[in-house]
Amino acid sequence: MTERQSYARAFVDALLEAMEEDASVSLIGSSPLGLGPQRGLTEEIRRRFPDRVFDPPTAEGGIAALGVGAAMAGARPIVDLLTGSFGFLAWMQVANEAAVAHLMSGGRLTCPVTFHCLEGVRGAGAPQHSQTLHAMLWNVPGLEIVVPATAADVHGLMLTAIRSPNPTFVCGHAKLLGHEVVMPDPRAPIPFGRADIKRRGRDVTILGISIGVLHALAAAEDLAREGIEAEVVDPRTLAPLDEATILESVSRTGRLVVVDEAPLRASAASEIAAMVAEKGFRYLRAPIRRVARADAPVPFSPPLEAAVTPGPAEIIRAVREALAG
Amino acid sequence: MDAEQGWRFLETMLLMRRFEEAVGTLGARGAFPGHYHLYIGQEATGAGAFSVLREQDRIATTHRNHGHVLARGADPGAALAEILGREGGLNRGRGGTIHLCAPDLGFVSTSGIVGSVVGLAAGAAFACKGRGDGGIGVALFGDGALEEGIPFEAMNIAALWKLPLLLLCENNSADAWGMAKGGYPALVHAANDLRAIPGALGIPAIRVEGIDPFAVCDAVATAAARCRAGEGPVFIEAMTRRWAGSAPLWPELATGITDLGMATGETPIPEGPHAEWFARNDPVLRLARLVLAQGGDSAARLRALDAAVCARIGAAERFALASPLPDPATATDFTFA
Repeated sequence: MTERQSYARAFVDALLEAMEEDASVSLIGSSPLGLGPQRGLTEEIRRRFPDRVFDPPTAEGGIAALGVGAAMAGARPIVDLLTGSFGFLAWMQVANEAAVAHLMSGGRLTCPVTFHCLEGVRGAGAPQHSQTLHAMLWNVPGLEIVVPATAADVHGLMLTAIRSPNPTFVCGHAKLLGHEVVMPDPRAPIPFGRADIKRRGRDVTILGISIGVLHALAAAEDLAREGIEAEVVDPRTLAPLDEATILESVSRTGRLVVVDEAPLRASAASEIAAMVAEKGFRYLRAPIRRVARADAPVPFSPPLEAAVTPGPAEIIRAVREALAG
Repeated sequence: MDAEQGWRFLETMLLMRRFEEAVGTLGARGAFPGHYHLYIGQEATGAGAFSVLREQDRIATTHRNHGHVLARGADPGAALAEILGREGGLNRGRGGTIHLCAPDLGFVSTSGIVGSVVGLAAGAAFACKGRGDGGIGVALFGDGALEEGIPFEAMNIAALWKLPLLLLCENNSADAWGMAKGGYPALVHAANDLRAIPGALGIPAIRVEGIDPFAVCDAVATAAARCRAGEGPVFIEAMTRRWAGSAPLWPELATGITDLGMATGETPIPEGPHAEWFARNDPVLRLARLVLAQGGDSAARLRALDAAVCARIGAAERFALASPLPDPATATDFTFA
């Protein structure tokens, strides 16, 4: 039976299933769904597994270290760092402990910790609660980086993240929590490194990352009304990256627009554009366009915030440019 | 004194000492790149502590890890090969001196980020508590670790959640720039007693003479029992004597190769800047004098023990030097499991 579910509900379901399946899975963090209306959904986790949900003090570095050490000692903790911006407090533990441990030990140690945060422009976050981590994290070899855009994806990808022997960083987005899709039947873990073509189209490939996928789908609907058929590709994980699916799509459309809420310079969009330029240049009939955030801290006032944050309008403009050659 | 226990401590401490002398000798002749840290002067603390830890305990240690890994039973040949960056190393040459790690012996990652060690050990304690097998998390760190922030966060969490975490701070700075200069440890820490830091969080904190393996053993046994009983973390500050060769970055064997004749009386203690070290502060010579005081055949036994340890280190050195350097084609192996 198929049912519609919100991203937040699917996230909670994944945690419940993982904790049911493996007694070494625990949640360190009080509100992985933020402080908004979905917050109450996590009460079910607390009720069913009261001994495996831990409310930490405000100590992002400390809980990250705790999760890393626990994972190295055989547990499978999920460490929630709340807002992505707080991830900087945990940077040493993520980048210089978790990510390096397997190689540094010559393959003798594994660190199956799962980090989770809600990153990006959440609305009125001002500079210090609006940071986007996934592109910065992508320069840390040894981390698996997950950017789910839908309820179906967050469910299947969280299950894989928790089961993975590697340190995994799941970057959610506050504005995705209420978004609903029809869930797959049956539900299953989604392997990392498998991009998903969210919409088929012949004229242009729009690759969206995280909330960029929803913006890309909205833009594609508008473009379809004028006869432009855009294909929307969601990589779902940045590390590992499904290069083959991206290149195959570009080989059919000949045009690529990459959408990323990270600031433009050294964004994930930039890395994907470089990869396609290097490996798929012969498919391209127009320059690759990147749609990303302005290279500025995110200002507080709503019109200023909107001005620096990419959405469907910016994508449509970039698609028109790509089609013009 | 339990004489047999003394001999066991001495064997562990001699193994550490002769190993570090080999590392220092190889380092001086450029047999491996990079900076390194030796455990000389702290052997009694490690030997005492490891004598009471159990198989299920999970341990985090630092850049000054060689003695700890050996005390837990790591093969000296594999440990030395790791320091030389060889494929036969404990970690296939991927970690080097700062990161010797033996997960099968209960070590979690060996971190060169000094404060991290306390956080990783708190996580190990969290995992041990979750498993409920009586294991504890053990953090071995220097006084410098408490200058960073993660130990405070980790100790706070461990105290709140009553994690079975044994915090063993090997203070090797007290007489380097602290007490000897009228402060403690004045140059780099505002606290004038490191025990006050865990103390503020309600964590029992005691100080022990790090030069005395029996005292360390007793303190760690009592602390570990408290952790195992579910009463939360305990902090031990072991005061060790700063070894003259412990220069930042590149140590040198300032006190030479240890001459056990200085314990038996066969070698006179030389005049000069290290006279105090040889006479009182070297934990190996100190313990050797204590076991020799038992009389009987102890002098012969000491010579035989040292010869056996030296033979073991000699074999380790031959193994390490014969081990090949890793194949460059494997440089990115183990990025992911």
